[in-house]
Amino acid sequence: MTALSFPFLYFSLDLPKIIINKAISGKDIPSDIFGVSIDQVEYLLILSLAFLMLVCINGGFKFYVNVFRGQLGERMLRRLRFDLLSRVLRFPLPQFRRVSQGEVIQMVTAEVEPLGGFVGDSIALPAFQGGTLITILIFMFVQDWMLGLAAIALYPIQGYIIPKLQWHVNQLGKARVRNVRRLSEKIGESVSGIEELHANDGARRVLAIFTERLGTIYDIRYEIFQRKFFIKFVNNFIAQLTPFFFYSIGGYLVIKGDLTFGALVAILAAYKDLSAPWKELLTYYQRLADSKIKYDQVIEQFDPPGILPEDAQHAELEADFSLAGPISANNLSVLDDEGQPIIESLSFQSEKSEQVAVVGPSSGGKDLAAILMARLLIPDGGQIKVADKLTLDLPEAATGRRMGYVGPAAFVFNTSLRENILLGAMHQPLKEATGEIIDLDEKKRNIRNAELSGNSLDDLQADWVDYKAIGANSETELREKLLDLLKTVDLDGDTYDLGLRGTINPDENKVLADRILAARKALQNRLKQPEISNSIELFDSEKFNSNASVAENLLFGTPVGDDFILDNIAENQYVREILRETGLEEEFVRVGRDVASTMVELFADLPADHEYFSQYSFIATDDIPEFQILLGRADRLGLEAMEEEDRNRFLALPFKLIPARHRLDLITESIIDRILEARRKFAEKIPDDLRGAIEFFSEEKYNKSATLQDNILFGKVASDKANASEQVGALIAEVIESENLRSIIVEVGLDFQVGLSGSKLSPAQRQKICLARALVRCPDILILNEATSALDSGSQTKVMSNILAATKGRNLLWVLQRVALAVPFDRVMVMSGGRVVETGGFEELKGKADSALNNLLRDE
Amino acid sequence: MTLNKEAELLKDLPLFSKVDLAKLKLLAFTSERLTYDDNQIVFNEGDEGDAAYIILSGTAVVSIAQGSKELELDRIKKGGFVGDISLLCDVPRTATITAQNSLTALQIKKDTFFNLIAEFPEIAIEMMRVLASRLDNTNKQLRDANSKT
Repeated sequence: MTALSFPFLYFSLDLPKIIINKAISGKDIPSDIFGVSIDQVEYLLILSLAFLMLVCINGGFKFYVNVFRGQLGERMLRRLRFDLLSRVLRFPLPQFRRVSQGEVIQMVTAEVEPLGGFVGDSIALPAFQGGTLITILIFMFVQDWMLGLAAIALYPIQGYIIPKLQWHVNQLGKARVRNVRRLSEKIGESVSGIEELHANDGARRVLAIFTERLGTIYDIRYEIFQRKFFIKFVNNFIAQLTPFFFYSIGGYLVIKGDLTFGALVAILAAYKDLSAPWKELLTYYQRLADSKIKYDQVIEQFDPPGILPEDAQHAELEADFSLAGPISANNLSVLDDEGQPIIESLSFQSEKSEQVAVVGPSSGGKDLAAILMARLLIPDGGQIKVADKLTLDLPEAATGRRMGYVGPAAFVFNTSLRENILLGAMHQPLKEATGEIIDLDEKKRNIRNAELSGNSLDDLQADWVDYKAIGANSETELREKLLDLLKTVDLDGDTYDLGLRGTINPDENKVLADRILAARKALQNRLKQPEISNSIELFDSEKFNSNASVAENLLFGTPVGDDFILDNIAENQYVREILRETGLEEEFVRVGRDVASTMVELFADLPADHEYFSQYSFIATDDIPEFQILLGRADRLGLEAMEEEDRNRFLALPFKLIPARHRLDLITESIIDRILEARRKFAEKIPDDLRGAIEFFSEEKYNKSATLQDNILFGKVASDKANASEQVGALIAEVIESENLRSIIVEVGLDFQVGLSGSKLSPAQRQKICLARALVRCPDILILNEATSALDSGSQTKVMSNILAATKGRNLLWVLQRVALAVPFDRVMVMSGGRVVETGGFEELKGKADSALNNLLRDE
Repeated sequence: MTLNKEAELLKDLPLFSKVDLAKLKLLAFTSERLTYDDNQIVFNEGDEGDAAYIILSGTAVVSIAQGSKELELDRIKKGGFVGDISLLCDVPRTATITAQNSLTALQIKKDTFFNLIAEFPEIAIEMMRVLASRLDNTNKQLRDANSKT
C-alpha cells in the first residue's frame, strides 16, 4: 500500500511544472485530449483539477497508512502488555520482594505506551517517509542532478553529527526511566503504608523524599530537553542552508537558460515537501533509540530467573487426576537473598489422609515448610513428592486445584463475597454464558481482536465454576454447599447480617421479594401483642410517623440516587414547589429559625471539637457563628424581609428533625396536617423525570432501595421506648425463623460487595473467606499456615474442629500458632531451626518430660 | 414532654438546681428519654452499667435478689435517680430496677454524666448528700432487719 502511493506522489510533484511551463506560459498546449478540443484556460483548469485530485489521493493514502499503523501499534501495545502481565503472573514469588507493585504498574501502563505507538511506526514510518523522500529526490534528480545533489549535500553531515548528539540523550533517557520507576515505587509504598505515615507523622519526610525524586527527574528531563532542542536547532539550521543553494545555483541556471523557471518552482516546492519526511525520519531515529532503551529496561525486569514456564500455567489435567496419597519431602533447603540457608535438609513424611499439626517457634521455619509444600516457593534444593508425583513437575492446574493453601495474610478481591469463595473453583471457562448474548457480532469481533493481539480467548461471561470439583450437580446443590461451607468457617452469622442490610431488585428476584412481604405481614401480626405493640411505629400513608424524619414523612419513600437525599432535599425545586403550594415554606423557615436558635443556645458554648456536634447537632461546628449572625438578622429584619439565601439556610433545617427523638416540640399538629397534605401532593404530581428518584412506601409493595430488614420492618423503631431496638431485633429474628427465610437472606449476604481488598470486612471475616475458598473445591491436600490467626479464640476452636471434620480422609497440614491447639490432630510435627526436631502423637510427645513439645507448651 | 419542660424539671431537682438551664437543656437533648411498660426491667442486678437514669414520671422499684425472692428496697419517684452506683465505681449493677406506674426516665450516659460533674462540682456535692442519705436509709433497714431476727 505504501509503495503504491509513491507514483501518485511523483505525479503530484511533477504537475506544477506542467501547469507553469505549459498551461500558464501557453506553450505546447495539446489541441485536444481524448479527442475533445480545448483551449488554454480549459487546459489550465483540467490540470489544476488533476492536481486537486492528486492532493486528495495522496491525502487518502496518508490517512489510510496512519489509521493502519495506529491499529497495528495498538495491537502491538495490547500484545506487549498482555505478555508482560502474563509474565507477572508467572514470576517466582521472591521476585515480588525486588519489584514493587508501583514499579510493575508503571512499567505495564506508562513505560510500554510509547513502545506500542513506536512498533506501529517501526515499519510503516521508515517505509512511507523513506519512500516519500526517495520519490522526491528522484524527482529532483530528474529535474536537475546538480540541484538534487545540493538538496542532499548536507545529509551526510547530519547523519554523522546527530547520532553523536543522540547518544547523550539516550543515556539520559535510561536514567529517566529508572528514576520514574523509583518514584512509582515510592508512591506505591506510601499508599500501602499510609496508616504508618499518619500514625508516625511521617508526611513531611515522605514529601521530602518525593521532592528529591521529582527533582532528579526534573533535572534529567530538563537536560534531555536542552539536548533535544539543540539537535533540532542543528537540523533546522542545516535544512535552511539548503535553499541557499537552490536560490543561488538554481537561479543561476535559470538565468543561463539551463533550467526552466517552472522546474525551479517545482524543486523549491518539492524541497519544502522533502524536509517533512526527513524530519520524520530523524525523529524516528530518535524514537527508535528511546524505545530500545525502554524496551530493554522493561524486558530485563520481566524475565527473572526461575520464571514459571507458560505450560506450567496452562497445562490441563486428566479427568481423574488426584493428589490423594502419601507426602514425602526430602532434604529441602531454602537460601535467603545473601545465599545463607534458612532451611537446611528439611525432610518430613505424611501418610495418606493424615491430619498433621506443625508447631514450633515462629523463626523455626514452619511457615516456609507450608509455603514449600504448596509449591509457592521453589526450594533451592531437595524435592517434595505427593502421591508419587514430584510437585516441581506439576502444572499449576494440579497444585492450584488438588491442593489448597491459606496463609496468615488473607486477601480478598474486590467483588462479591460469593465470587470470592467460588474463586477457589474458578480456573477456566466451563459452560457457555447462559444469559442471552446481547451482540453476537460484537462478541465475535472482540474474540478476533483478542486473537490478533495474542490475548486470552477465555470468555469472562462464561460459567467458570467447577461444579464437579465442588461436588454439586446443580445450582441448588451449589447453593447448599456454599451455605454449609459458610457454617464450616463460621461465617454464616456474619453473612446473614450482611444479607439483612443488603438490597435486592424485586424485578429480578420476585420470589424473594414476595416472601419478604409475607414476613412483613407476619411481623405486623405479631405486633398485635400488647407488650411489643408500641416498639415499632409502622409506616401509614395517612399518618405522620414521629420516629421518622420530617423529610421521610414528606417523601414517604426512600430516595433513589441523589435527588431527594437529606443533603439535597431542601434545594430540590420540586420539593420547594410542593412546600409552597401547601404553605409549608414559611412554616419551615420559621421552624428552621427555631431549630437554629435552640442549636446555637445548646452548642455555642461547647468547644468546637466536642463530640456532641457530630452526634447530635443539626448544625456543623463551623456554621455556628454564621447561624448566630443569621439569627441576629432574623430578629432585626423579620423572617419575611430576609434574603432568599438566608431563608434557605433556615428552611433546610426542619427536614432533619425526628420529632420523637429530638423532642423540640416544633412540629405542631397543624404542620403535621400540612406535611401529610404535601405528602399526597408530592406523590400525585411527581414529574416523570423524578419518578425514578424515589421508591414510595407501600404496604403491599417491596421497596427496592431499602434493605431487607427495613422491608420487613416497614416502620421505625420507637426511639422513646426502652429496649425497643432489642425487642425489634428479636422480633425480626423470630419472624425470619418462622417464615424460613434465613438461608435466603444468607444468599443475599453472599452478594455483598466486599470492597477494595475486602476493606468492608473485618480481618477475621477475610480470613474465613480465604478458608472457604480453599475448602470449596475439596482439595486432596489442604495446607493451612496460621490461617485462623485473626479469629477470636471461640471462633477459632469452632472453625478448627469443623475443618478437621470436613477434611477427614484427606491430607491436612496445619501450621499452628499455638501448640495447645494441636491436640485433635493425628500427629504433631515440631519444627525448630529449619528442621523437624520431633514428631508423634500429641499425648505421646507430651508424655516425654523433656520433649520439644513440652518446652513449647511451657513457654505459651 | 418537650425539651424545655424536661430541662425545667431537671432544674427543680435539688441535684441540678445550681446548673444553668441551658446546660440542662443540652443534657436533656443529648440524653434519651425512655418510656417503660409496667413491670418492665430497667436493668438487672449484675448487669454491666453504662448509664444512670433520672426519673421523670412514674415509679422505679429498687430490689435485690435474696435467695429466690426479690427484696424490695426502695421506690423512687419523679426527680430521683437510679443506676448511679455502677457509673461511679465501675461495679456491676447492685440492684434490679423495675418500672411501675408508666415510668419515664432520662437515660444519662457515663461520659455525659462525668462531663457534667466535672463542670458543675455542685452536682457532686448534691450527689454525696443523696448517697449519704441512702446509706443512712440502708443502715436503718439493716438495723430493722437485725432486730427482727
